[in-house]
Amino acid sequence: MIYTERFKAPQSLSGKEFSYCPGCHHGIVHRLIAEVIDELDIQGKTIMVAPVGCAVFANDFFELDGTIAAHGRAPAVATGIKRARPENVVFTYQGDGDLAAIGTAEIIHAANRGEKITTIFINNAIYGMTGGQMAPTTLLGMKTTTTPYGRSEKNEGYPLRVSEILKEIRGVAFLSRTKVTTPQDVIRTKKQIKKAFLAQIEGLGYGLVEVLSTCPTNWGLTPIESMQWLEENMVKEFPIGVFVDKVDKVK
Amino acid sequence: MEKVLARGTEAIAEAAIRAGCRLYFGYPITPQSELTEYMARRMPEVGGVFLQGESEVAVVNMVYGAAIAGKRVMTSTSSPGFSLMQEGISYIAGAELPCVFVNVVRGGPGLGDIQPAQSDYFQATKGGGHGDYRLIVFSPESLQEAVELTMYAFDVADRYRNPVLLLTDGLLGQMMEPVSFPEFVDLDSLPDHSSWALSGTGMRREAHRVSSFDMDPVSLEKKNMLIQSKYKEVVKNEILYEEYQLDDAEIVIVAYGTMGRIVKSVVNQAREKGIKVGVFRPISLWPFPYVQLSKWSDQASFFFTVEMSTGQFVEDVKIAVEGKRPVEYYGRTAGIIPTPNEIFAKLMELI
Ligand SMILES: Cc1ncc(C[n+]2csc(CCOP(=O)(O)OP(=O)(O)O)c2C)c(N)n1
Ligand code: SF4
Ligand SMILES: [Mg+2]
Repeated sequence: MIYTERFKAPQSLSGKEFSYCPGCHHGIVHRLIAEVIDELDIQGKTIMVAPVGCAVFANDFFELDGTIAAHGRAPAVATGIKRARPENVVFTYQGDGDLAAIGTAEIIHAANRGEKITTIFINNAIYGMTGGQMAPTTLLGMKTTTTPYGRSEKNEGYPLRVSEILKEIRGVAFLSRTKVTTPQDVIRTKKQIKKAFLAQIEGLGYGLVEVLSTCPTNWGLTPIESMQWLEENMVKEFPIGVFVDKVDKVK
Repeated sequence: MEKVLARGTEAIAEAAIRAGCRLYFGYPITPQSELTEYMARRMPEVGGVFLQGESEVAVVNMVYGAAIAGKRVMTSTSSPGFSLMQEGISYIAGAELPCVFVNVVRGGPGLGDIQPAQSDYFQATKGGGHGDYRLIVFSPESLQEAVELTMYAFDVADRYRNPVLLLTDGLLGQMMEPVSFPEFVDLDSLPDHSSWALSGTGMRREAHRVSSFDMDPVSLEKKNMLIQSKYKEVVKNEILYEEYQLDDAEIVIVAYGTMGRIVKSVVNQAREKGIKVGVFRPISLWPFPYVQLSKWSDQASFFFTVEMSTGQFVEDVKIAVEGKRPVEYYGRTAGIIPTPNEIFAKLMELI
């Protein structure tokens, strides 16, 4: 009884079963977003912009008005929606290929305009949807289908630390990097997602939470191994932490 | 209605505002930057939104966002910028969103130059982006017509939930001409998009999920066929053209936009010499008035297409005429506007 009470699905999820692979973190982050939307009581006015990537199906999993932007363009689509309907809450959900490669310009300029939108950024160091090609966030030495000998800084350059770039941008009101491998991580991530939403709700500016995530399928690891690999390798390259928090100053 | 002297790009911008457009996204490019600048000044005066995007790629996706929110929205650009917008236009058509584009065409290909041209005809009418979709395309010959077509474009976009393009060039864009502006549309009378637009569920209805995406080929084909049946309605209802001195014409000059206007003076010149020439001027380029043009092949000895490109529009004229009569072509490219004398000389050669 207590079990079903505590774990009943958030109202902001549609109830449709997630199609993500076993051990994939997309699903955990979806749930956290839905819980935050429920707790802020904004389900009726929230509009989501899904990306092109494994989360292209995300509209179906949320009980929210939503659309799918062209690959990388979610921040521009969200800008158009928010400018047309400033009373709504608008968020984008984007992978690392979507946000940090093809959509680099859109994310930087949406952040720089202090656009009153929120972005949840899933950094899994790979292109999941298209079958495991190199992402801008792929680690040095990491093998992908387009870096079959391992990523080399000489040929492909270095893993791109997007949050470290965005933290210099003055339109940003909340910015953090987190992970969801342990229960403590999950609790912290949820708090940060809430702040990233509050940043727009309170009219402070742009909010983004980068979540280091697993892709067991394309990493060629089991779900458990993936969590360990993330802890041992990704966290070193992409340190977790809060980079910008103007929400706290208000509170 | 009182006439005021206006510049082309600014007249189009003012017409959009009078049509109830309160969102404009743009990126500077010659020869249409005055339109963007006009919107930057004017939108705050009418409580609207003006935003300069970081690129035409961003701009077209901002337009997508505002359109999917159910609001009247417009952008304007010139050739290279319009090329950058093609992916977004395909998404807009696929998601069936109403919005208005203006392409003030300049000489190409590539960076080309900034002079007037009509060399984006294929891109405009045959689909510059991917997939089975259509842009509804109107091309004005004067500022008055540009004003009326701009306002009409918003209605057509709403009626069919499809993007509409106003295709013009720097000649019209930079021209000063007296125009009379229709009254402001009452914003409360604009079409109601609440049955599909994204506005938040308000906890009162099912979620609206609007996109161009569908992984199931059977259901995507069904959706594509529905869009095609919508296009059939467009072809049935939205064909616009002008016939100028065609009643007794033995030669039909076919031209659109600013060229359609210039060739009228060629007709007058020719008629002074007793040559029976008239003009057929398509105003809607898609849907193209194939049947209406074809009709004149019974009477005309040949058709003469004049355009500011190396021969794009002429292909549609040939489709219309179906080989029943010769279709001649004359054109200049790279931003050179054929003069009436030049066109007249070519006409005399053909006779
Ligand atoms: C313009 C364009 N280029 C390429 C693609 C193909 N594509 C689809 S998803 C994707 C990468 C997605 O990777 P990421 O954003 O990291 O999301 P993930 O699947 O890893 O969550 C690519 C390249 C596309 N759909 N559109
Ligand atoms: S391919 Fe990777 S990112 Fe995509 S659903 Fe599977 S595990 Fe998740
Ligand atoms: Mg990825």
